[in-house]
Amino acid sequence: MITTKGLTKRYGRITAVNAVDLAVPEGSRFGLLGPNGSGKTTMIRMLLGLVYATTGEISVLGEPVPKRLKQVLPQVGALVEGPAAYGHLSGRANLALLDAAGPRTPKRKQRIGDALERVGLGGIDRRPVRTYSLGMRQRLGLAAALLRAPRLLILDEPTNGLDPQGIHEIRELLRELNTEGTTLFLSSHLLVEVEQLCTGVGIMDRGQLVKQDELENLRALTGRVVVRSPDADRVVALFDGKVEMRDGDRLAVRHPDAAELNQLIVAAGLRVMEIAPERQTLEDVVLAVTSSGSDRVDKR
Amino acid sequence: MIRVELRKLYRRPRTWISLILLCALPIAVAIFLATTRIGTGGPAFLSAVLNNGSLYPAAALAIVLPLFLPVAVAVIGGDAVAGEASAGMLRYLLARPVGRTRLLIAKLFSLTVFVLVAVVLVAVTGYIVGVALFPAQTGPASTAIVTSVSGPPLSPQQVLMRIGAAMVYVAFSMLGVGAIALFLSTITDSALGATLGAIAALVASQLFVTLDAATSIKPYLPTRYWLAWIDFFREPILWRDIERGVGIQAVYVLVFLGLSWANFATKDVAS
Repeated sequence: MITTKGLTKRYGRITAVNAVDLAVPEGSRFGLLGPNGSGKTTMIRMLLGLVYATTGEISVLGEPVPKRLKQVLPQVGALVEGPAAYGHLSGRANLALLDAAGPRTPKRKQRIGDALERVGLGGIDRRPVRTYSLGMRQRLGLAAALLRAPRLLILDEPTNGLDPQGIHEIRELLRELNTEGTTLFLSSHLLVEVEQLCTGVGIMDRGQLVKQDELENLRALTGRVVVRSPDADRVVALFDGKVEMRDGDRLAVRHPDAAELNQLIVAAGLRVMEIAPERQTLEDVVLAVTSSGSDRVDKR
Repeated sequence: MIRVELRKLYRRPRTWISLILLCALPIAVAIFLATTRIGTGGPAFLSAVLNNGSLYPAAALAIVLPLFLPVAVAVIGGDAVAGEASAGMLRYLLARPVGRTRLLIAKLFSLTVFVLVAVVLVAVTGYIVGVALFPAQTGPASTAIVTSVSGPPLSPQQVLMRIGAAMVYVAFSMLGVGAIALFLSTITDSALGATLGAIAALVASQLFVTLDAATSIKPYLPTRYWLAWIDFFREPILWRDIERGVGIQAVYVLVFLGLSWANFATKDVAS
């Protein structure tokens, strides 16, 4: 769906994106992670032909970008760096203007109604957008991206400004769109958002794509088992030297098999409240491969 | 895209406020003129208006031409691309997709429509105010009562034709400033900056036109032939400056539209 080869963008002496080889398969839900200033937004802008690459190739929906943007973009819905709208017009009027600006398409009014309905703005009135809350603007931005039933959705921080209820709603909507066949490509620095929604993950750091994999593979087993037991002290004694971490009644024990470990503990007459193999969290992976964001300025 | 731009222009309160202001100024002048009946000083045609109200559209154009109208054009032209950029809409328009060249052409077109509407409204208001406040010539003598600037009288039909020609010329004169504003608008993301830049160019040009030391560059200044439309009211019409004026505006429009296109089509849109 999206592939880039050696994609590089330089602004003067600063390299914003450096030799990125990205591959997003059709039908996937791909999350691009990375600290602030790591090049996520520049990547997205290049995919949409807003910013021109210094070197490298981009292909979106099988077509070269920016050469065939005209064919590609009508099938792509995008939300880039926050929603935007004309403040003096209503949400509906904004969508109508935006839709009319692009290539001619049938059933405009109905599609606008549908898009607003999907993002939970079906009941908006003629109030101008400047009176909207941040969350309403975000929903309107999503509606604009959905207007043309796109095959590919490129979303930059899609749940920005939404409350937990709204975030859940939008996540469900995106999942639904994905099962209908829309490929999702979203960037975020909210790990939880990506962890809950995405199937594939790319991690950027200082312009480079430092990791790209299926979420399942990234959340690999650590070889430890987490045990909660009221008899924690005696469990520690039982597996002396193998307990690598203790937090109250929670223990992390180095052992390859949770079932076997459980059997050992129970056989020793000790009680177990919870037991599960430990998985790497996305946070562990991200922190391991990235540096701190460009918004942090340390003393030299 | 052109229709979309026109709709945006039409639904912007700013458009209507500037049009109202443009029409209000000649009305204010007319009221002063009618109450005092002092026709000396100020823009062209004012003294002639005292004898014939139907010439007031020409006077109204002379009133708004030097500053009011070009400033309005600079505001709208400067806002064209930079305004979309600072509102964050530029990226969404381009991703819709709207071709960059098409966007520029649509912007220039809607600017042209604004200028035409403004000129027509000013002239129509001028006519209504002129007829209402100043003596309109009646009776058989009216056929040849308007005296042209250079002497021989003009018939009402001739006056009408020439006011029409003057309106077209004035509107065309504004496109040079419009193109400069549009070009600046593609350079910066600040609509205010682009507008001020265009106004600065305008003021500088107006200054050099009056400066004798700058004679060598005068023929190439965008505002040099702005007042040439007065020549439409000579008998016979003096075409020399009018032709040059049209030519110089065409050059400015082509050059700055070309520059805007060259800049905008290759620009990274990072707003």
